[in-house]
Amino acid sequence: MANPPSFYETPAPPGLKGIKAWLLTHDHKRLGLMYLWAILFWFVIALCVGFLLRIELATMGPTIMSARVYNSAFTLHGVIMIFLFIIPAIPAIFGNFFLPIQLGTDDVFFPRLNLLSWYLYMLGGMLAIVSLFSSGGFPDTGWTFYVPFSVGTKHNVPMTVFAAFILGMSSMLTGLNFITTVHRKRDPKMGWMQIPLFTWSLYATAWVQLLATPVISITLLLVIVERVFQVGLFDPAKGGDPILYQHLFWMYSHPAVYVMILPGMGVISEVIPTFSRKAIFGYKAIVVSSMGIAIAGSLVWAHHMYTSGMSDTAVFVFSLLTFLVAIPTAVKVFSWVSTLYKASIEMTPPLLLSLVFIYLFSVGGLTGLVLGAAGPDIHVHDTHFVVAHFHFTMFGGTGFAFFAALHYWWPKMFGILYNFRVAYIATTLTTVGFMFHYVPMFILGLQGMPRRYYDYLPQYAQGNMLAAVGGVLLFFGVMLMLANLMLSFRQRKTASANPWGGCTLEWTVPSPPPLHNFVTEPVIKDYPYDFSDVIAQIETEAKVEQGKPD
Amino acid sequence: MKHQDDQTGIRIGMWLFLYTEIILFGGLFVLYAVYFHDYPKEFAEGGKELNRIIGSLNTCILLISSFTVAASITAIRQECKRLSLALLAISFGCGLLFLINKYFEWGHKFAHGIYPNAPELINGPPGRNIFFGLYYVITGLHGLHVIIGMTLLAISFVLIWQNSVTGQRYAFLENSGLYWHLVDLIWIFVFPLFYLVL
Amino acid sequence: MKENEQHILSYKTLALVLAALLVLTGLTIGVSYVHMGILNVPIALAIASTKVSFVLLYFMHLKFEGRAIKISFLCTICFLAIMISFTFWDVAYR
Repeated sequence: MANPPSFYETPAPPGLKGIKAWLLTHDHKRLGLMYLWAILFWFVIALCVGFLLRIELATMGPTIMSARVYNSAFTLHGVIMIFLFIIPAIPAIFGNFFLPIQLGTDDVFFPRLNLLSWYLYMLGGMLAIVSLFSSGGFPDTGWTFYVPFSVGTKHNVPMTVFAAFILGMSSMLTGLNFITTVHRKRDPKMGWMQIPLFTWSLYATAWVQLLATPVISITLLLVIVERVFQVGLFDPAKGGDPILYQHLFWMYSHPAVYVMILPGMGVISEVIPTFSRKAIFGYKAIVVSSMGIAIAGSLVWAHHMYTSGMSDTAVFVFSLLTFLVAIPTAVKVFSWVSTLYKASIEMTPPLLLSLVFIYLFSVGGLTGLVLGAAGPDIHVHDTHFVVAHFHFTMFGGTGFAFFAALHYWWPKMFGILYNFRVAYIATTLTTVGFMFHYVPMFILGLQGMPRRYYDYLPQYAQGNMLAAVGGVLLFFGVMLMLANLMLSFRQRKTASANPWGGCTLEWTVPSPPPLHNFVTEPVIKDYPYDFSDVIAQIETEAKVEQGKPD
Repeated sequence: MKHQDDQTGIRIGMWLFLYTEIILFGGLFVLYAVYFHDYPKEFAEGGKELNRIIGSLNTCILLISSFTVAASITAIRQECKRLSLALLAISFGCGLLFLINKYFEWGHKFAHGIYPNAPELINGPPGRNIFFGLYYVITGLHGLHVIIGMTLLAISFVLIWQNSVTGQRYAFLENSGLYWHLVDLIWIFVFPLFYLVL
Repeated sequence: MKENEQHILSYKTLALVLAALLVLTGLTIGVSYVHMGILNVPIALAIASTKVSFVLLYFMHLKFEGRAIKISFLCTICFLAIMISFTFWDVAYR
């Protein structure tokens, strides 16, 4: 069957040529790819900054940068990684590309708004770059912009804060678009319990994006207002309460960690059943736990503030509530592992990355309990233990889910396959580097080494050296992984429509998909993870192979 | 189904946007609640310093403008273009009136040395500074929303004039109306919280 | 699409709502002159909430919307309530 022209050959709206076909497009797939390149750009920059930070900490005293540069560098690393990479990464790239296809429709509900979100994202990124070189230099406050320091420092806080504000708007509008799309553009034959889990996770995420992001918008606006007009709303000398800033900040930023991790969990929920050739264990439980995480995640923000002078009652209540989040999270982990049990597993790079995800994320989650419990938190608060914990969840979790998504959907997005061998090597290198990089930080943290410090005492030298070695491995592992994907453009090993044997709707359309995604009317299965067709096809192929005349 | 025809979907999108606006102001109301709890006396005294008459007048103005916007949607749907235009013009005028009142109210306060970071506020009791700080931030952000809402009403006016918005296709007018009502909603809470605290 | 056929509100209904809103505004101003100690704030907020409900239900025709909008609106209000009330775990017990 001759494939219809792919979306690369058909601009939307029609008639646009060259670069305009990209910059003015309404096509969710093109927008997804435009996000992909922009986000990868930021990821690599922030990765390099993180690498330099680790090199700086490798030995005591000044190594490669001054203390002042170090303060700006860790802020830069945090701001880029959080606002320009992790929050938009999976929803904006893979959500844009695959959410409409998984719902059996041709685009998101508001295509032009989608384009606007992309421009807002780019504008936010531009402002971040400009604030690097403008008067005062990049903020040295850390990505949390805590008052009173963020109001008092001479560095250029307002512009960076405004960049984060714009990026928040972009994220909010993406969420708005996804919710409306799920409600109104879903294939009419598709019921709520027939929606693939990746789309479900994006739906839950979108609600958090929508309801939590305005809180950070107003908080960041207040920082600007404070700097310009000096009203004193957070200034104790003028009657204000600085802890309220932290309340407002974490009211968004704690739910935001679920904006970061939920789509990653969605990716894993797609990859695991596909390579297990088996219906996912507990489909409904995963759906409910996604919504459960979104809800429970909105109730626990103040667990970031145990040592900031909050009332003891609040410490007690928020510590208790924090443990609630562990329940839906554990439901997911158990469901993935149960799916793998007695499955006919086929090893591929995305599956390997997903397995690493489960392991690293579980460690991240369990160390989160140490921090969530008020008692031990007093000991490890603001130490390297926290740094290790959130890198285990955010990098080991979302980061690896992002890599898994890249490897899983790469053939669908570009119609080409990459080199598996190199992908395995890169994954292994990254994982080993990751462990050497972050496990020493847990120990350093327990021994009392604070985070965000430029220098340290001699007793921490060994751990920091080890972490630096791990950092080097990690850095080159990730670089190798990305290089392998880039090289696939030169090898051009064509991928079929369904190279993995997946059974959600995106695998029923050509790779890369045509402009309107579906050539024929999509067939909605009663259950999205029904692998009987895929297995039947594999068996026929095997029979043909066996029956071949020798 | 072409989604341009899916009015329900467009309305859902608009409502989702309104939620973000509600939460945006919600952040400020968190601050209000906490500081009111901390400084009940200063807030009551500060409330007495605000001009209750202008506040009440502005409340009525916004309520009436909300009514005229809602009525203008009814009018356009019954294909009464001129009535719809007239009602929109009244709403726009009400918005303008509101801003003028606000201008005089703020100007009056400024003249008495009550403005953000003014020596009179900073050297006075901390609760009073916070009350007026919040007053300026919340009414300022609200005023900004009034201006955005008026812009949307003006665009709707032009679109009706050009027959781009008609009894069949009125999503833009409806969404502008929803936005305008939201501005009204916020004010309904701002009014008793600032002008009538006791 | 049947569900797109939206209810048209009559001028009379709208005018009645406006009248109710203006009366409530008068009431809230009047009540503010009466000292009731601790009850003043709850009463002022109750009246404001009633007014807001009128605007929402009729002017913004929430009354005639589908389930999706109604439920999600309530969720938003719940989230707002959580934002304010949970902060008081801290503030009220300091």
